[in-house]
Amino acid sequence: MRSRAVNDVVGIENLSVSFATDIGTVDAVRDVSLGVAAGEVLAIVGESGSGKTVTARSILGLLPETALTRGAILLTSKDGATTSDVVTLSGARLGEVRGRDAAMVFQEPSTALNPVYPVGWQIAEGLRAHGKYSRKEARQKAIDVLRRVGIPDPEHRVDHYPHQFSGGQKQRIVIAQALVLDPGVIIADEPTTALDVTVQAEILDLLRRCRDEFGAAIVLITHNMGVVADLADRVAVMYQGRIVEQADVRSLFAAPQDPYTQQLLAAVPRLGQGVARTRERAAARPSGWQEAAPIVAARDLRIVYPGRLRQPDFVAVDGVGFEIRPGEVLGLVGESGSGKTTIGRAIAGLTKVTGGSLQVLGAEMNGVKEKAFRPVRERIGFVFQDPASSFNPLLTIAEAVAEPLVVHKRFPNAAAARARVDELLEQVQLPKAFGDRFPHELSGGQRQRASLARSLALEPELLIADEPTSALDVSVQARVLELFDELQREHGFAALFISHDLAVVDLLADRIAVLYKGRLVEEGTGAEVLGAPQHPYTQRLLASLPVPEPDEQALRRGAWERLRAAD
Amino acid sequence: MSTAVLTPAPDTHRGWRRLPLIRQLQQSVGLQRGMLVAGLVLSGLFLLTAVLAPVLAPYEYNQLRDPAGPFGAQQEPSSAHWLGTTVGGYDVLSRVVWGSRTALYVIVVAIVLSIFVGVLLGLVSGYFGGWLDRVLIVVCDAIYAFPTLLLAIVVAIAINGGQSSMWGGILAAAIAITVVYIPQYFRVVRAETVRIKAEAFVESAKVIGAGHWRIMTRHVLRNATRTLPLILTLNASEAILTLAGLGFLGFGIEPSSAAEWGYDLNRALADVSSGIWWTSVFPGLAIVLVVLGLTLVGESLNDLADPRLRTRRRAVASRADVAESPVVPGGSLAAGPGGLAGLEGPDEGRRFDQ
Repeated sequence: MRSRAVNDVVGIENLSVSFATDIGTVDAVRDVSLGVAAGEVLAIVGESGSGKTVTARSILGLLPETALTRGAILLTSKDGATTSDVVTLSGARLGEVRGRDAAMVFQEPSTALNPVYPVGWQIAEGLRAHGKYSRKEARQKAIDVLRRVGIPDPEHRVDHYPHQFSGGQKQRIVIAQALVLDPGVIIADEPTTALDVTVQAEILDLLRRCRDEFGAAIVLITHNMGVVADLADRVAVMYQGRIVEQADVRSLFAAPQDPYTQQLLAAVPRLGQGVARTRERAAARPSGWQEAAPIVAARDLRIVYPGRLRQPDFVAVDGVGFEIRPGEVLGLVGESGSGKTTIGRAIAGLTKVTGGSLQVLGAEMNGVKEKAFRPVRERIGFVFQDPASSFNPLLTIAEAVAEPLVVHKRFPNAAAARARVDELLEQVQLPKAFGDRFPHELSGGQRQRASLARSLALEPELLIADEPTSALDVSVQARVLELFDELQREHGFAALFISHDLAVVDLLADRIAVLYKGRLVEEGTGAEVLGAPQHPYTQRLLASLPVPEPDEQALRRGAWERLRAAD
Repeated sequence: MSTAVLTPAPDTHRGWRRLPLIRQLQQSVGLQRGMLVAGLVLSGLFLLTAVLAPVLAPYEYNQLRDPAGPFGAQQEPSSAHWLGTTVGGYDVLSRVVWGSRTALYVIVVAIVLSIFVGVLLGLVSGYFGGWLDRVLIVVCDAIYAFPTLLLAIVVAIAINGGQSSMWGGILAAAIAITVVYIPQYFRVVRAETVRIKAEAFVESAKVIGAGHWRIMTRHVLRNATRTLPLILTLNASEAILTLAGLGFLGFGIEPSSAAEWGYDLNRALADVSSGIWWTSVFPGLAIVLVVLGLTLVGESLNDLADPRLRTRRRAVASRADVAESPVVPGGSLAAGPGGLAGLEGPDEGRRFDQ
């Protein structure tokens, strides 16, 4: 543990935060003490609900009215002239400190910017709040800071509106907004979670420059250990509202002390773990499986979303071809907008195929009629991305899991199917009693396991898993992935596993297909695609992925920078 | 991994506490609770009066005399007539008490007529979309522009042909209200249906292979009824106001067939200038209180349904005993990567839907 030093820009002492909720008072943060030195990057890591965001937000006094804060948060201005306790500040005094001493970068850049004002105006707004600037001066400062965060042609683009920028550029503008007043510390709350891996690498690079060139300390909130390894100098691990471990980044990754930190690090999927598993799975298959007729075959598959109001049509999937053989797991990787989810939905009959051919279990999906496809649905399972919304909130887990059994007339009603439901819940390692609970009474990981149980209820030949773990914490993700692997081996179903995370796909898939802007750029076994990527996009994707290992990540970063310079 | 975090909070809201209204009553605090309680008390009194009218009212609604002889017109409040008598010689208290019965009838008829059609149309229109949806929306928008009272007058004339029986008057008001309120139910249910249709659990039902009817009834309908209580209470108070308006304009129910507050107000017009206050104050008060009560219930139910509008008790310091329970209701892992955002997340709203 490191106690508070004199030159700290932020000093948190014995901070506790409680919230008033419907079920009474809950403590979100308990007795947390932290210090952030000038020019230092402190990462606060932990799973959702660990209190990391609440801690960071309380530095700016950004908590809702229902919160009760105790302790002290001492915020020192960059020049060291003034120190104020944020907990006791209110109203105008708090406004003075915000932006000048500490600024915030939010998770979702698309909602952090106001869509009806030009970005230059929004950057200048912070200046206007903290001093007298003429319109011209403010504009000039906005252009300066936009240039420094790497927006090309800032003189011109300062008058553009947020929708005219890409997601990564929007996040740059949000960072520019935070930097314009030259604050001593920037609170970055999951600054890259909503971004693609390749964009994430760029933003991490920018944040590093914030520290090096602007001299700002950064409090980085994240659950991604790769990001921590890439950027942080020091790490605080939070669990259930407490700090369980604080150490500099190298010693934390090399020798984690607290059992929770050890578990957390062990749960992070790493590239290259999948090769052994793939071999195991291949060995367990009957010989000649590769010659078996594929159960899903796409040829020149094209899916177009019609444009509205004279906008051009959007081509989501363009000339993609692949096959899934019985018992095989195909991993589909790509960034948002690459068309990976669209392909999954098309196989399940949720999205219409516009061109080419897509054969699913013998049914041609191009021009398929719902009535003709309904019998095939029995043989397909689907696991959705968001476990929170994929269950009807008014049905118990048992009723929801029984739904496919009842719809396909295996049982007359949910009560009659209960024995089978219990069996399914047991398979996904949920206690039988959970069947009587409502979805909101389960945690995210438990819900996703129940979702697996539901998709397996009819013993499908094909399972489509659309980012099943991206809404889960790392530690929970590891367990769900483990379970998926076990069930796949046991039941031998074929699967399409869609994910944006290369490491996750590597863990489970026999073959990996990489999508980029609707096209299939690379396909092969995990060893081929990850070991020796051929397509420049795959190379960039691999290089952008931060690994949870500070020293190795520093080397990889060098490789990434060379790759970027070559572009 | 931490098993402590994976243990969900025990659900303490089972049994009778889960019943509607009672649960909301427990949830509410401060001003919201005051509004809800006041509304519930007023509406409860109204219901009781309507049901127990034969017991509570000292006389019949159309009674003009007792064994001692005629009541006499415009008598001041006295021991025989607590609230005096009207210009027609009826007992004011009896008319007010019996009037609640007529009001209740019109509420029930108006709601029954509009809710089923409105909800069904909204569900079908929102679920299937397409041209049917567009046509229905245009029709509903057109109906919004219709003046209720004018329609009610036309209906009253069509049904009664000038004579005002009790059910004729009630139906006239109820049908006029139905025409205007079907679009309200339609709009609300349609909007919710469109929202819910995009939720993953409806897609998951589709993937399973469930038919349209099953998805609509089992998955969409029950989740789409969240805002109905508000419309329901507005519908009820609007029905009362229309009935009273009809009576006030002279298209209402004859005093010999039923007691009706609007009619009594109409007859009391001339009394106001001559200093006879009791004939107008009590029926007027009855209308105001019942409408107020229903609206208060609707408003506070609406506020409580929305976690952002719902006020909560202040957080109390020193609660170390919750240390082992998850920080976020329903297990800490239920929240997304948002942390704090997870505290106020969809779970909160879902909980209310149960």
